[in-house]
Amino acid sequence: MTEFTQMGVADIRDGVAAGDFTAREVAESFNAQVAAAAELGAFIVTTPDKALDAADAVDAARARGEALGKMAGVPIGMKDLFATKGVQTTAASHILEGFIPPYESTVSANLWAAGAGMLGKLNMDQFAMGSSNETSHFGSVKSPWRKDGSNAALTPGGSSGGSSAAVAARLCPAATGTDTGGSIRQPAAITGITGIKPTYGRCSRWGVVAFASSLDQAGPMARSVKDCAIMLEAMAGFDPKDATSLDMEVPEWEAHLSADLSGKTIGIPREYRMDGTPQDILDSWERGKEWLKDAGAKIVDITLPHTKYALPAYYIIAPAEASSNLARYDGVRYGLRDLPEGAGLQDMYAATRAAGFGDEVKRRILIGTYVLSAGFYDAYYNQAQKIRTLVARDFEQAWSQCDLILAPTTPNSAFALDEMQGDPLAMYLNDVFAVPASLAGLPAMSVPGGLNSDGLPLGLQLIGKPFDEQGVLDAGLAIEQRSGFDAQPDKWWA
Amino acid sequence: MSVDKQTVAKIASLARIHMDDAELERMAPELSQILDWVEQLGEVDTSDVEPMTAVIPNTLRLRADEVNADAKTAGDRREDVLANAPAAEHGFFGVPKVIE
Repeated sequence: MTEFTQMGVADIRDGVAAGDFTAREVAESFNAQVAAAAELGAFIVTTPDKALDAADAVDAARARGEALGKMAGVPIGMKDLFATKGVQTTAASHILEGFIPPYESTVSANLWAAGAGMLGKLNMDQFAMGSSNETSHFGSVKSPWRKDGSNAALTPGGSSGGSSAAVAARLCPAATGTDTGGSIRQPAAITGITGIKPTYGRCSRWGVVAFASSLDQAGPMARSVKDCAIMLEAMAGFDPKDATSLDMEVPEWEAHLSADLSGKTIGIPREYRMDGTPQDILDSWERGKEWLKDAGAKIVDITLPHTKYALPAYYIIAPAEASSNLARYDGVRYGLRDLPEGAGLQDMYAATRAAGFGDEVKRRILIGTYVLSAGFYDAYYNQAQKIRTLVARDFEQAWSQCDLILAPTTPNSAFALDEMQGDPLAMYLNDVFAVPASLAGLPAMSVPGGLNSDGLPLGLQLIGKPFDEQGVLDAGLAIEQRSGFDAQPDKWWA
Repeated sequence: MSVDKQTVAKIASLARIHMDDAELERMAPELSQILDWVEQLGEVDTSDVEPMTAVIPNTLRLRADEVNADAKTAGDRREDVLANAPAAEHGFFGVPKVIE
């Protein structure tokens, strides 16, 4: 019997199209895998019937001889940030617990139209705020990975930690993620999978629970570059319902994939070599350079002078936008309501929000409220937006010297759950290499770069020019072909 | 410490999040640590820099002047709109009395 759960997006799609197996067989196999992995906490709700219904529709379409979609027969996990019609959507928060959207997000609708099916809604950091998946109201996700010789539970990263854990543990061939300041790339890196954040505006934000609207972008998480290319094609596209949606054709990234990097120049930003970066991260970066050189690329040193200011600027801009976006959770129109005895409207708002938001969400709302408040707006928010201009300008200047940038994705491998609780700032530093590309709206991808001496995955990050997802994917493919990364976590959870 | 307990209480009130004394006590040093850290942005001379407004140049589109052009965002969906309300009454959102 074919082991479907080891297969990726392309193999499943092609096998279903060729009639080697049915979409239903595939869906049944993944449903069983999901059901047996409750220990990981990767899913908030599972939807096995949705997966089977979608599979049956694909099998029936094939039997009728109809053309099949880009993701036909592929069951996927859906991050709980995407509104799914009739299926609870919470952003892993208490305040949205029980919320059943009467509509479907554009990205998920695109995926279902392409023939994908839904295995369930994936756990995440609450409102996508976090880098360890510990801020979820529904419990932390455990990474399927463990250090050699240890049983300590590790983080799958965040905020798309349910997505990374599920894909790494073979509970689904691919999953959606969203990336505001690294939430696709950081979890992908530390679980040994592949994930791409496209150019800002490629994927519609309509129906995605908003965190920081000028930064939020959806993207695919899978186990190969090709699978990411296929899924991104299915997710992306112009949507008039999102004012920042790009009115551009979706390129055929899969068809144009090429690992030949002749004529390409890769920039190595010197500012990403920070004090205290562990040797294993630096070694993996060196190997990445060699692989890209081997693929025909030229390597040059570049400078991105404002790199060190990107993260503090992000921690003003993102909370500011969040404090505004999350004002909608007031106990009136949807979600939780906490109405203390005899309370008026204002007390109801305050009680509802106190009961419904977790600590990290409250922290960010407060920071955002503070930096936007009278007297502080110029010193904090306006200054951060000016720094954001400088960070974007650094990249623009770099593009005169190189086509792509190679850097580590994270400053460390997976850390233990609870290790950074109580130190919000140390947690924020996890996204130090991911945030600059977010502030500039650039496409960026993490691909596996090998295992460290503890047996844990490390990621390499590729950053491209606006709209050049193809260049990013091609360089990712060149690394993938040379790294020979095929490590899998031992299956201890079932 | 850049923000004290009283300041946090004021921000929490602006943000409409009820916080008891113990929570304010805990939040004040955490927020101070974060705000002290972002202070470093002040080192950068930005006198000639425009604040970012859009990372990818884009122009706001006008939609066709047509009622309910997109079924997904069209009107006449009162039941859908109220379906998740904690206290929908008579086709409206119910809230505590606001007029004495």
